[in-house]
Amino acid sequence: MMKKYLPFLPLIAFVVCVHLLTSWTGTLYYLTQMTMSAYYALLIIGLCVVMGYAGQISLGHAGFFAIGGYLSAALTTRNLLPFEDTAVLRMLDALGVLMKGQDIYGEVIVVITPWAACITAVCVAALLAFFIGVPALKLKGHYLAMATLGFGIIIYRVVLASEYFGEADGISEVPPFVLAGSLAVSGDFSERISNYYIAWVLVIAGVVLLRNLIDSRVGRALRAIHGAEDAAGSMGVDTARYKLHVFVLSAVFAAIAGVFMTHYNGSIGPSEAGVMKSVRYVAIVAVGGMAHLWGALIMAIILNFLSLRGVFGSYDDAVFGLILIVIMLFAPNGLLRINLRSKLQAFFSRAKRAEEV
Amino acid sequence: MTLELFIQYIFAGITYGAIYAIVAIGFNIIYNTTGIINFAQGEFVMLGGMISISLIEYLNLPAAIALAVVITMIIGALVEIIFIRWLQGPSVLRMIIITIGVSILIREAALHIWGESVRSLPYFIGDEITSVSILGAHISPQVFCVLAVCTVMMLLLGVFFKTTSVGREMRACAANSTAAILCGINTRNMVTLSFVLSAAIGALAGAVMSPITYSQYNIGTGLAIKGFTVAILGGLGSSGGAVIAGLLLGIIEAFSVSVLPLAFQEAISIAILLLILFIRPHGLFGSKDAAGLKQF
Repeated sequence: MMKKYLPFLPLIAFVVCVHLLTSWTGTLYYLTQMTMSAYYALLIIGLCVVMGYAGQISLGHAGFFAIGGYLSAALTTRNLLPFEDTAVLRMLDALGVLMKGQDIYGEVIVVITPWAACITAVCVAALLAFFIGVPALKLKGHYLAMATLGFGIIIYRVVLASEYFGEADGISEVPPFVLAGSLAVSGDFSERISNYYIAWVLVIAGVVLLRNLIDSRVGRALRAIHGAEDAAGSMGVDTARYKLHVFVLSAVFAAIAGVFMTHYNGSIGPSEAGVMKSVRYVAIVAVGGMAHLWGALIMAIILNFLSLRGVFGSYDDAVFGLILIVIMLFAPNGLLRINLRSKLQAFFSRAKRAEEV
Repeated sequence: MTLELFIQYIFAGITYGAIYAIVAIGFNIIYNTTGIINFAQGEFVMLGGMISISLIEYLNLPAAIALAVVITMIIGALVEIIFIRWLQGPSVLRMIIITIGVSILIREAALHIWGESVRSLPYFIGDEITSVSILGAHISPQVFCVLAVCTVMMLLLGVFFKTTSVGREMRACAANSTAAILCGINTRNMVTLSFVLSAAIGALAGAVMSPITYSQYNIGTGLAIKGFTVAILGGLGSSGGAVIAGLLLGIIEAFSVSVLPLAFQEAISIAILLLILFIRPHGLFGSKDAAGLKQF
């Protein structure tokens, strides 16, 4: 029991160390990118289970991220005052999910509370994942890739074309997400440290959940599906159901990441829904080693952090494309794995030869 | 809807449909010899247009297009030789990811070479306002150029695959690559050739469509998705099906503009793709038994 949670100690230590180090050296601004990387990592570990463990490619996860982000942004910023006297709004008021806010001109507006918006957004993403997943996960290979890619592009087109989602401008002025008491997800500089920890608590909770899932009956079923789907089916594994569950779960992870990121940034734009984002998530899972949760997490933090710091400049997308190709050509089992394995092999073969001599 | 408007839409639909059919045939050629879908197919079309636009400053129109097609063919060959040829028994997932990566690299290279600006070739005959009147509708002569080039390309491909020995060798690879090897056919070279061939037809289509549809560094993804839709709709691997499905999708898209906002045009064809994938993955014209052998 304790052994299972041992790998989390270095992770927690790392998180705390980064905070202490940046505060000593006066570079607390790094925490902003670390927080954003953590939210992307939340999506990526979800995708890792779908791709690495269940063996199903998804080129549409930016779509789920965008559904989460856009819905919560729209619900918490779009004024409902014109509908004040309708039955629906009175019902919402009775449920206590409405709050008063101010728009950029200082006018009083009525919007949905962030909590209610978050739950709605995540539920919508889960439902959509379910309805897309039922037919899509029957497909394999190229067909599944194209179907999920198509789904992602539709989401992109819809947010880009509808006035409700702000068209090309996206949605800005998203209010802070008050979790409890004075704890709020917002881009306010004074709350940078608390936000850093909020993001990491979410990520660690996510990893714990997925780790347990992988080590359970479900996880073994998933690996059986990845290995040989027909064989798994003949052994009585309900392949369709397991694939669907994991797909929906990863969509929920993506949507939660989208909701929190949007409140943290205070805005969301259509580029978050773009195809390149989805491809980037796939690239990171591939670099991490596909069926390797920790690898995906580490690579998600490193690569997103570098990308957000602008290290790659205008070659940002090209770098991820190149990473994708190089990894797939030379190390289809991921970066972390090839080093370790080949080194170990080299080490052992040398030891063996020494024995023989 | 008046008759003129109807004909106008039909011609717009056929023009786009012909392009989609060419992209779909490009998919089919590579799919038949390798069993993989080349996600970078749309990028070949983009390269054909962009390179010929750059060359037109130095050469006359036919020479610029011819050279652009040759350059794209070389790029197609390089893509296959560098990224695909030496892999041994790669998984489908791996191949998908590699071709996606290739498409990103080509696109990003195009972005750095040509920038984000929208470009186009000059009209082959006349200019923007030249038009031929058909039953009251005004059709640009370029539309006929596109249709003529696409038709000739399809006919030549048909002749190539039916009568030439190289074409027959390629079909042998598609039918049964093990048997083809036993007959002394170098299947690896056939795979390279299939990339060259689909790069060539993509590039030529990209050049002739450029005056009407314009070229930009990022048109590849949209074309690839639509070409794939057409390839699936017509039954993967079937060129005749691709032509019919291409024209069908082009016309549906053209008429959808009269009902829905332009911004949703792409969403329509993708919705059709999803529907087809979910309901009839073997396509409208393909047979279910033949499709059962493929990787769905």
